[in-house]
Formats: sequence, C-alpha cells, structure tokens
Amino acid sequence: MLHIVVCVKQVPDSREIRIDPKTNTLIRDGVPAIANFYDMHGLEEALRIKETLGAKVTVVCMGPPPAVKSLKQCISLGADEAVLITDRGFAGADTLATSYVLGLSIRKVAEVFGQVDIVFCGKQTLDGDTGQVGPGVACRLDLEQLTYVSKVEQIDVETGRITVNRLLEDGVEVVEAKLPVLITALKELNDVRRAPLPGMIRAARFQPTIWTTQDFPELDRSKIGLKGSPTIVAKTWVPESKQVSTKFVEGQTAEEIAGKLVEQLWKTELPVRFGW
Amino acid sequence: MVEESKKDSSKQDEMPDWSEYRGVMIFIEQRAGEAKNVSWQLLGEGRKLADKLEVELIALVIGQSVDRLATDAIAYGADRVYLADAPELNEYRTRPYSRVALHVIREVKPEIVLFGATATGRDLAGAIATHLPTGLTADCTILDVEPHPSRLLLASRPAFSEKMLATILCKRYRPQMATARAGVFEAAPYDSARKGEVQKVSSLLSEEEIETRVLQFIEATDRFHLEEAEIIVAGGRGLGGPEPFKLLQELADALGGVVGASRAAVDAGWIGHAHQVGQTGYTVRPKLYIAIGISGAVQHLVGMQNSDCIIAINRDQDAPIFKVANYAIVGDLFQIVPALTQAVRAKRSAALSQQVPHEVVE
Repeated sequence: MLHIVVCVKQVPDSREIRIDPKTNTLIRDGVPAIANFYDMHGLEEALRIKETLGAKVTVVCMGPPPAVKSLKQCISLGADEAVLITDRGFAGADTLATSYVLGLSIRKVAEVFGQVDIVFCGKQTLDGDTGQVGPGVACRLDLEQLTYVSKVEQIDVETGRITVNRLLEDGVEVVEAKLPVLITALKELNDVRRAPLPGMIRAARFQPTIWTTQDFPELDRSKIGLKGSPTIVAKTWVPESKQVSTKFVEGQTAEEIAGKLVEQLWKTELPVRFGW
Repeated sequence: MVEESKKDSSKQDEMPDWSEYRGVMIFIEQRAGEAKNVSWQLLGEGRKLADKLEVELIALVIGQSVDRLATDAIAYGADRVYLADAPELNEYRTRPYSRVALHVIREVKPEIVLFGATATGRDLAGAIATHLPTGLTADCTILDVEPHPSRLLLASRPAFSEKMLATILCKRYRPQMATARAGVFEAAPYDSARKGEVQKVSSLLSEEEIETRVLQFIEATDRFHLEEAEIIVAGGRGLGGPEPFKLLQELADALGGVVGASRAAVDAGWIGHAHQVGQTGYTVRPKLYIAIGISGAVQHLVGMQNSDCIIAINRDQDAPIFKVANYAIVGDLFQIVPALTQAVRAKRSAALSQQVPHEVVE
C-alpha cells in the first residue's frame, strides 16, 4: 500500500493582517491561525489517492503546540496519522533549517509508519511566501521533485511511476517521474472537502504523535532554529509611495475632462511611442 | 521609512573570509531556446550590483541549442558566460539542471547568484541552496549591495501579503542567493558590440540516469502577458461588478493596451487572476497605467507605482491612488471612461488622417 506524507504548516492568516495607518506597524491581534491552504490541497489529493488506490496518509507539522489544531483538522478530513514536530530549539528557522528538520522527520516517519512513496507540500505558505521548503525537503530526502502540480494524471503502482501536470507561467507541462516523489500542490489541484461527522469525532479524541529535539539522536543542533538559518531579517518597513506631482484634471462635464486629459497625454512622448 | 523591527545577530557578525567568492551570477531561464525576459532584466540589475562590487557579471545558460543565448547574455551585460548545451538539458528538469548549476557555482564561487522568481527559477534555486547549503531569499523586488568589505546582498521582498517590505541578509554563507520577481528590474539595452568570454561546461547526468520525463508541454494559448504590457487599463472595487470591465476593455482597445485588475476585483470573481496587479499577482511597470475605481491599497501600489505615467480615476478625492498618479480625475468612472474612450478615438483618427500621406509613401 502506498504511504503518503503531507507537510502542513499552521500560519497566521496574513490576508487578515492590517497595517496601523498611524504607526505603520502590523496589527497582529486577532489574526486567526489556519492550516496553510495550499497544504490542504496536498492533503485532499493524498486522500483522493487513498480512496482510489489505497494508501496510508500521515500528516507532519512543525510548529508550536497550538498547531495541534491544524493536525486535528487533517485527521477530521481523513488522514490516518499525525505528527507534531515541536521544540523551542526548532523555532526561528528559515527555509534551509526547516527543510532539514522536515527531512529528518519524514525519515523518522518512514521508520515508524512505513516507507514513504509520495510527499505533498503546498506550493508556498501564506506567511513565508517562499515556495522553497518543498524543493528543500525533496533534496534532503533525495526525492524527485515535482513542483507547481495542478493535476495528478496517473499513478502506476506496479511500475512505481507517476504522471502529473505542472502549471507554469507559460503553459502546462506533463511530467512522468519514478516514485518516491515530492509534489508541491497548487489550489488548481482539487477542491478541498469538508470534514464528515465521523471524522470530526475521531479528530476530537485524536492525540498526534509528538517529537522534540530529543527524538532525533542524529540531530545536528547547528542546523536547526535561528542558528541553523543562513538568512536573517535585517529590517521591515512599510513602503512609501513614490512622490509625484499630481495634476488634477477638472471640468464641468465628463467630455470636457476627457478632452483635457487627452490634450495632456498628447503632449507626452506616448503618442509617438505607440503610434497613436 | 518606518522600521518595525531590527533583529541583529551580533554574535554571528564576525564574517569569515569570503575573498575567494567574487562575482555576480545570473541564471538565464529559457524554453525551446527562447530566454525569459526576467533573465535579461536580472542581467540589467546584476550589472549594477557587479559594478558596485567591481566584479564580473556572469551568466549561466543551460539548455539545448542555446549558444545564441550566450551571445545575447553578453550583449545584455554579462562579462562571462558558462554554457551547458546538451540534448538531456533540452527541457528543464531539476536534477540535471541543478547538477550543472552546482558544479559551476562550486568551481566559479560567485558571491551572489540570482534567479527569476518563476516556477523554474524557484524550483532550481530551492534545490541548489539546499545542496550547497546557503541562504536563499524569495521573490525580491529590490536588490542592492553594501560596498567592500561587507559586500552583503541587501535582498528586499514583500512580506505579510505584500503589506510591508523586508530586507533579508545572508551573512554566514556564500554565495548569497535570491530569486527576483519578473517585471521589476530593467534590462540594459542590447549592445552587440559588447565583448565577453564563453566557457562551455558539460552536462553531468546521462538520460538513463534521469528519472523524470517531460512527456508534453502545452503552451497556454490564451496566454496573457500583463507583466509585459506597455499600456494597462486596470479596474478595482469601484467597478461594482464584471460588466463595467467592458468599458475598460474598450478604452484599452482604443489605446492599444490590456486590462488589469486589483485584488479586490479578482477576489470578487469579476475577472481572472491573470489580470491581477500587485499582491500574489504581477508587478508591472508599463509606460501608461490607468487605475479606474482602484483606491490604491499598499499592495496594489507596490505592484504598479513604477509605471512611467499613471492616470487615476476615482470618486473619492482622498483615495491613496492619487498620491502616485501623474494625472488625477475625481469623478464617476461610468461617465469618464466612455468619454475618455471617445476622446482617444477621435484624437487618434484625427492624427491618422494627418499621417495618411506618409503611409502612402511608405
């Protein structure tokens, strides 16, 4: 039976973060924590494979203890196992340190729950927006990496080959690869289901497996957390708008205003440039 | 400029000796021998960084039958090009491409390596940074360097759904790597007289050793180049629904431009995501940008304020969009836009009738 690991991150819903117009600082209060929604498209695809081909689905999340909420959500939707990787030592990780810990964790998942055939990550997270952890984890585990996947066309369990569509800026690429693979999921991959009642009941009682730094004997502490992160945030700021002298075009009627604006435009280099 | 936080890892501030790492390297992304514009844009920006650091600008070209791109890279500002040309490199695949790139980076030891923040650029950069290992900053919109001796890359990128910008440093590892957004930086003019050196490198994996196959590439037929458009007529929440986008399309047609949209309009489902300017959309810098019914949230402004000429039409005279606009019209877009379309058509046909003798001669 296939074993599929889904990486899930619990993130502040950055779409809800506002800037205080007076102080130009972030208003973080009351911003809800949610499971990164690209990751949930990865979970949905794993569950669909489980339903059609038979598979065990294990969800892995690195984060502080409240991230149990997202793992329970995954269980309610149909995941079989859930592991929370949590330790103060892991905190402050950039994408390199994160992929190191997720790589170790998925190796351990393979030891405990069985050999892994497919790893799903979201295309990127809502808070980091980098899209770098998926490729990083693929490298750590020496998996073929299939990023920006919009459709899983076919999985041939016999030959161990998978065919997917990758949605790129200029078109769709159909790629075949040999399992095991890591897939990063786009929202185009599927529509995420709602949790059924039995799933919600199971999730309410479910306690995820918890691993800390103590559970990884081979862990290199220089590669985790802040210390293991090459990139540092030097500063953040609210961008100022470019200063321009704005000319207000006014008139009694729309036609008059339009006429004046067109006169102005025709004094610029634009008509020559565009052959108007 | 208001700084929100300043984290300084002063303990780690003593920087190792990086003197053997010199030069700025740009990955030239291509498909079927056609370079992506972002590659030339990064060469343009990379040239500035290399000049500040007084080092070579290096291009890395990987593909099949791509020697013309090596010539182009020099014309666009590279001093030296590493060229890997082999049948198994025809399509982008992570392993064969990253093997070549890793080999070149380890040999050449550039201090900075930049990629386009495209699907391919992010896929490749993510793999390379993990293997090296080094720090990688995603999706930059501002790049700068500190002069010698620190020579730090100041990689700035939107954060928190593009409501803020963050500057990211990589002090303890080399090379410093970043992906940078398409449409933000400007390519240098093509100069065929420029001289540079091309060095060939071999492919490192044979086809038998590669476990992925690209079976097919279906080019998007309705491909829409918002980031390449020179005239954009963009609509926002003020339009109130999908219908008024027809008015914008008519104005865009009259000017020879395309229709863009704010996130609010895209989220409301009035127009497709391909049209979105700003947050999770495209950063654009057209010659002419007309913002209609767009109030001008920070994330939208970041996406378009580098346009050469901005016209804003909005009912609210206090709308932030007016701060970045060269021409502002306070009024009802449903009256102004059709009037503007008419005025442009009239002016153009008048101009055309004057030009007729010239066209006949041609």
